[in-house]
Amino acid sequence: MYEILAKEVLAPTIKKLKVKAPLIAKKTKAGNFIILRVDEKGERIPLTVADYERKTGIITIIFQEVGYSTKLLGRMEPGDKIQDIVGPLGHHIDLEGYQKVVLLGGGSGTALLYPKVRAFYEQGAEVISITGARTKNLVILEEELESFSDRVFIATDDGSYGHKGYVTDILKDLLIQEKDIDLVVAIGPVPMMKAVSDLTAEYEIETIVSLNTIMVDGTGMCGACRVTVGGERKFTCVDGPAFDAHQVDFEELINRLNFYQNEENLVHSQAVEEDN
Amino acid sequence: MSLQKKKTPMKEQKAEKRIRNFDEVPFGYTKEEALVEADRCLQCKHKPCVEGCPVGVPIPQFIQALKNGNPEEANQIIKSKNNLPAICGRVCPQEEQCEAKCVMGIKNEAVAIGRLERYVADYNLEKETAESSKSELEKLKIAELTDKKVAVIGSGPASLAAAADLAKSGLKVTIFEALHKTGGVLRYGIPEFRLPKTIVEQEVESIKKLGVEIKLNVVVGKSITIEELFEQNYKSIFIGVGAGLPRFLNIPGENLNGVYSANEFLTRVNLMKAFKYPEYKTPVAVGNKVAIVGAGNVAMDAARTAKRLGAEDVYVVYRRSEEQMPARSEEIHHAQEEGIEFKLLNNPIAIKGEKGKVKAMECQKMELGEKDNSGRRRPLPIKNSNWDLELDTVIIAIGQNPNPLLTANTKDLETKSWGGIKVDSGQKTSREGVYAGGDIVTGGATVIQAMGAGKKAAQNIKNYLLEKSKK
Ligand SMILES: Cc1cc2nc3c(=O)[nH]c(=O)nc-3n(C[C@H](O)[C@H](O)[C@H](O)COP(=O)(O)OP(=O)(O)OC[C@H]3O[C@@H](n4cnc5c(N)ncnc54)[C@H](O)[C@@H]3O)c2cc1C
Ligand SMILES: Cc1cc2nc3c(=O)[nH]c(=O)nc-3n(C[C@H](O)[C@H](O)[C@H](O)COP(=O)(O)OP(=O)(O)OC[C@H]3O[C@@H](n4cnc5c(N)ncnc54)[C@H](O)[C@@H]3O)c2cc1C
Ligand code: SF4
Ligand code: SF4
Ligand code: FES
Ligand SMILES: [Mg+2]
Repeated sequence: MYEILAKEVLAPTIKKLKVKAPLIAKKTKAGNFIILRVDEKGERIPLTVADYERKTGIITIIFQEVGYSTKLLGRMEPGDKIQDIVGPLGHHIDLEGYQKVVLLGGGSGTALLYPKVRAFYEQGAEVISITGARTKNLVILEEELESFSDRVFIATDDGSYGHKGYVTDILKDLLIQEKDIDLVVAIGPVPMMKAVSDLTAEYEIETIVSLNTIMVDGTGMCGACRVTVGGERKFTCVDGPAFDAHQVDFEELINRLNFYQNEENLVHSQAVEEDN
Repeated sequence: MSLQKKKTPMKEQKAEKRIRNFDEVPFGYTKEEALVEADRCLQCKHKPCVEGCPVGVPIPQFIQALKNGNPEEANQIIKSKNNLPAICGRVCPQEEQCEAKCVMGIKNEAVAIGRLERYVADYNLEKETAESSKSELEKLKIAELTDKKVAVIGSGPASLAAAADLAKSGLKVTIFEALHKTGGVLRYGIPEFRLPKTIVEQEVESIKKLGVEIKLNVVVGKSITIEELFEQNYKSIFIGVGAGLPRFLNIPGENLNGVYSANEFLTRVNLMKAFKYPEYKTPVAVGNKVAIVGAGNVAMDAARTAKRLGAEDVYVVYRRSEEQMPARSEEIHHAQEEGIEFKLLNNPIAIKGEKGKVKAMECQKMELGEKDNSGRRRPLPIKNSNWDLELDTVIIAIGQNPNPLLTANTKDLETKSWGGIKVDSGQKTSREGVYAGGDIVTGGATVIQAMGAGKKAAQNIKNYLLEKSKK
């Protein structure tokens, strides 16, 4: 069992938990994720390690409540215990050799982006962060991004904060004005990652996306997380989660994320009932 | 009294009833049935049956103890060689192993060794107390080994067998398992109706009682490396990580929604208990028409599971013929009784979809040609014979490769071209102090073969540590 030590509500549906998990804290690098099971009847869900403290053995997870399991986790409080956590899983991302990097986070994807922002910054690269959300109160981690970026841009769909529009609008301007960007990293909803990928493909700039496929074991055993990258079958949990954006079959990914929509809606409505 | 020619039958749930539940199919012998069956054993002096058992269970001796009305003693006799008898009695392919060699099988049916083993094990699972075995255990301890640390990676049958034997000699054994539950394939692969998980739990408990510590949620190679285990003073390491990487067909449409690897399908249902969805939160979607590609034990398990989840039509699609199906005949028979339809001599060509979901599978009819190198008649495609099988779900059960997660993250551990770990005849790998066994060495095999390898490795680990302690 893994004890929750602290909780913070970043936005109404985005929560941050600090959890005691020494073995994982010791080993995590930017880009790794964990898989957890909230309780004995729970499913296994993957979440990025947003932050870690090697000395104290604490990891941070940040998640958006989108369905049953994330809601259940969101209801937990300091002192409560998470049944199982395994990790760190997946490849961490390779930071060597990049001078100027633009990192884009959409929605809770910003949480997944943050450890990479920090890692590139600490590595000495020039870091430009762009974060986007539907509306102002969903913008998260602004301060954290500020501390580890040379520049931060914010976009909201409704214009209630920062640029009105999409993160890709800002990216496009940057790509036009600044010719020395050598890497773009995008993490967020699949349509956003696809839009970024399409844009950077035009400018022929190396782009990495972190894929959020459905997972079960996270060790390469089940194949639920398979994606097509460059025409080949890859398992996101062991071959990824980061891939060359220009090679990813996004249409297939979007479809596969809907595999269990009917079943998910069923337990989700159960959870809503429990709430009422 | 003349000798009963046939095996004493084992009662089982009726097919119409069992396809609506996940309860175990055969009930196991009653005491009376077990005694009748035990009487069929001729107590052969040369014991050919024992040779057929990969771990050398003293078969006539345990049957004799049973006949003498002493099931506790029978259990101890079995357990001297096999730590998981309740499991092996259920899932061993006895017809190819111990029972294949039984003298009774020459003219009549072999003695039902597996069923008797199951009877003895079940009888004692209920009775077993920690006390009864303590004094026995003291005797097995080896002074030079006591309290030295050994790490066992994975908790499938190879690892459980190795851990038990190592612990019995007084070694301090820690098992590291990637999943949140122990047992490997016994837990996530073989379904409840063939091997109830309470049995796996009880068998694991009895191994814990030997002093084995179990750490779950640890992926060796990721959470901790082999180097770090040595740094933490583990003196030797056993690797039993299995062959868990699912193969796919490499035909169009395999990434449509509705296509599963057998591993994913069975893991969702067994490990995650999706058959109790929505009480348990892991979903599985099976629909009404399901095809399983392949015809081994895994395919039969997937087919019978799909039926129990409510699918109306379940097909096994296989490109060879009935005689060539690799599954145990008992399982094929069970599947047939449960209404699984066999579409033999059919090769999947493509999976077709509509709105991102499986709609049909295109199959090509095959016929048997000349014998190939393996002595099996090779299936050849029949021209213009393609047809569509309408489906909601396709489950691919054509085998597993070794999972490269550990080997890829471990230095100096030699592997074979197909990914299996290289070992010598004593299960020793290319790294000093590191041994391996089970499916990660042989590719997909059987529970008892994996256990045999685990036991052999344990013996050699003990020898290695004894040798070292002398220096
Ligand atoms: C490597 C990786 C890292 C991730 N990191 C984060 C993170 O840091 N923060 C965050 O908010 N989210 C993250 N996600 C997404 C997160 O795992 C899903 O939002 C979560 O599993 C949804 O579960 P649910 O029961 O709450 O929702 P559900 O209603 O069950 O599902 C909502 C949607 O989430 C997806 N999903 C469902 N089950 C799973 C599953 N077992 N595994 C993966 N996706 C699933 C499906 O597309 C589904 O339609 C990550 C995903 C991956 C693959
Ligand atoms: C569906 C199915 C049905 C079968 N039916 C039968 C049958 O009826 N009879 C029979 O004899 N055989 C059967 N088999 C085959 C048999 O189950 C296997 O041969 C046997 O389980 C192999 O044992 P093992 O210990 O080598 O590995 P596994 O049982 O595969 O166990 C390996 C364990 O190691 C863990 N692991 C993997 N990587 C790591 C890591 N890096 N760190 C930590 N842990 C790790 C895995 O999570 C797993 O728990 C069946 C197999 C399947 C899939
Ligand atoms: S362990 Fe398996 S092969 Fe050996 S005697 Fe028992 S059933 Fe037969
Ligand atoms: S071969 Fe058959 S009859 Fe002979 S001892 Fe073994 S089980 Fe008994
Ligand atoms: S989650 Fe099972 S193989 Fe990736
Ligand atoms: Mg869910």
